[in-house]
Amino acid sequence: MTVRKNQADLTRAEKRRFVAALLELKRSGRYDEFVDIHNGFIMGDTDHGERVGHRSPSFLPWHRRFLIDFERRLQEVDPSVALPYWDWTVDRTPTASLWAADFLGGTGRTGDGKVMDGAFAETSGSWSINIRVDQRPFLRRALGSGRRGLPTRAEVDAVLAMPVYDASPWNSASSGFRNNLEGWRGADLHNRVHVWVGGQMTTGVSPNDPVFWLHHAFVDKLWADWQARHPRSSYLPVEPTRNVVALNDTMRPWNDVTPADMLDHTPYYTYDG
Amino acid sequence: MPQASRRTVIGVTAGALAGLAAAGPSALAAGLGRAASADGHRPPATDLKPFDEVYRGRRIQGAPTGTAGHHGAHGGHGGQAHDFGYRVTVDGEELHVMRNADGSWISVVNHYETYAEPRALARAAVVELQGAALVPLALA
Repeated sequence: MTVRKNQADLTRAEKRRFVAALLELKRSGRYDEFVDIHNGFIMGDTDHGERVGHRSPSFLPWHRRFLIDFERRLQEVDPSVALPYWDWTVDRTPTASLWAADFLGGTGRTGDGKVMDGAFAETSGSWSINIRVDQRPFLRRALGSGRRGLPTRAEVDAVLAMPVYDASPWNSASSGFRNNLEGWRGADLHNRVHVWVGGQMTTGVSPNDPVFWLHHAFVDKLWADWQARHPRSSYLPVEPTRNVVALNDTMRPWNDVTPADMLDHTPYYTYDG
Repeated sequence: MPQASRRTVIGVTAGALAGLAAAGPSALAAGLGRAASADGHRPPATDLKPFDEVYRGRRIQGAPTGTAGHHGAHGGHGGQAHDFGYRVTVDGEELHVMRNADGSWISVVNHYETYAEPRALARAAVVELQGAALVPLALA
């Protein structure tokens, strides 16, 4: 059974195996397929048009399924690997062990933002940025960039307290839990973390940085935490709604999975706590 | 059936998408600047002024496309336009931009942070690019 752990609690061996599995997916070309899928959706999802992966109710179930797919690919390489999550309310500085050379490597250097240590640095020769929006082929970061720091636990708790999953107009203007977690309104949780990391993480090709998966695993956990706090609340909309994935509609690109199928994560994985 | 919109192209099985890095510049014209904005709720982007300036050594330009709200593409499967009524370039290369429901803007290089108007968005892109050229924008 897959157990997703806090990245701060991983053993050295677990980190080593996770990194090795990422490198193998990269080498085989499968990693970049995920970058490509994400970028296609983020550019295609619009507030007044069809929207599936982002700025819509299905942001959470879409990313849950996307991460399950990715985790399965990792497990084809190494069955012991599970996606860890990054609780950015706790590990909130560039000196966190997450960013050490034995795990994801640190921030980028001044001038060009190039990450200089760890397995994902250009110098390792194993992590070229192929699906990109500009010509730079190396991983970049600017940890701590952005106008604000990472979200705090109090900010997260305020969003988790919101009892309604989502609301019309079901986009970046919505009130409710989903949009406040996604960050287009309110304290800004998920979006702000992308900006804080900087580099490719601020772009449509954000999965180029392996921290994408750890960030979204935590966002996914927050959805599970919200469900536990609001057992009478559920996914909305239930009724068919134009341009939006309702509870029992299938989601692209899979076309065989609905938000209803994704509400319970426990058939796929559990969390460490 | 109307011409394939950018949205339609994006809607195909994502694994089949040609990567941005691999795509050729000629595909740009096929996808952008054609269909109308589906936004009927905000002030039209055609009301926004054009700009043309050199910012940190890069030429940034922006102008209304003049098509927003004029025809078709008001949502629906596969019919969603990807023209938000305004076009931005950096050194002549198109920057993919998107308008949010509240009227703010994002681009493909600043996709998780909103900007009040396209010029600020273009300047933010220049900062983020640190001199690098944009990859020609295309998905097919």
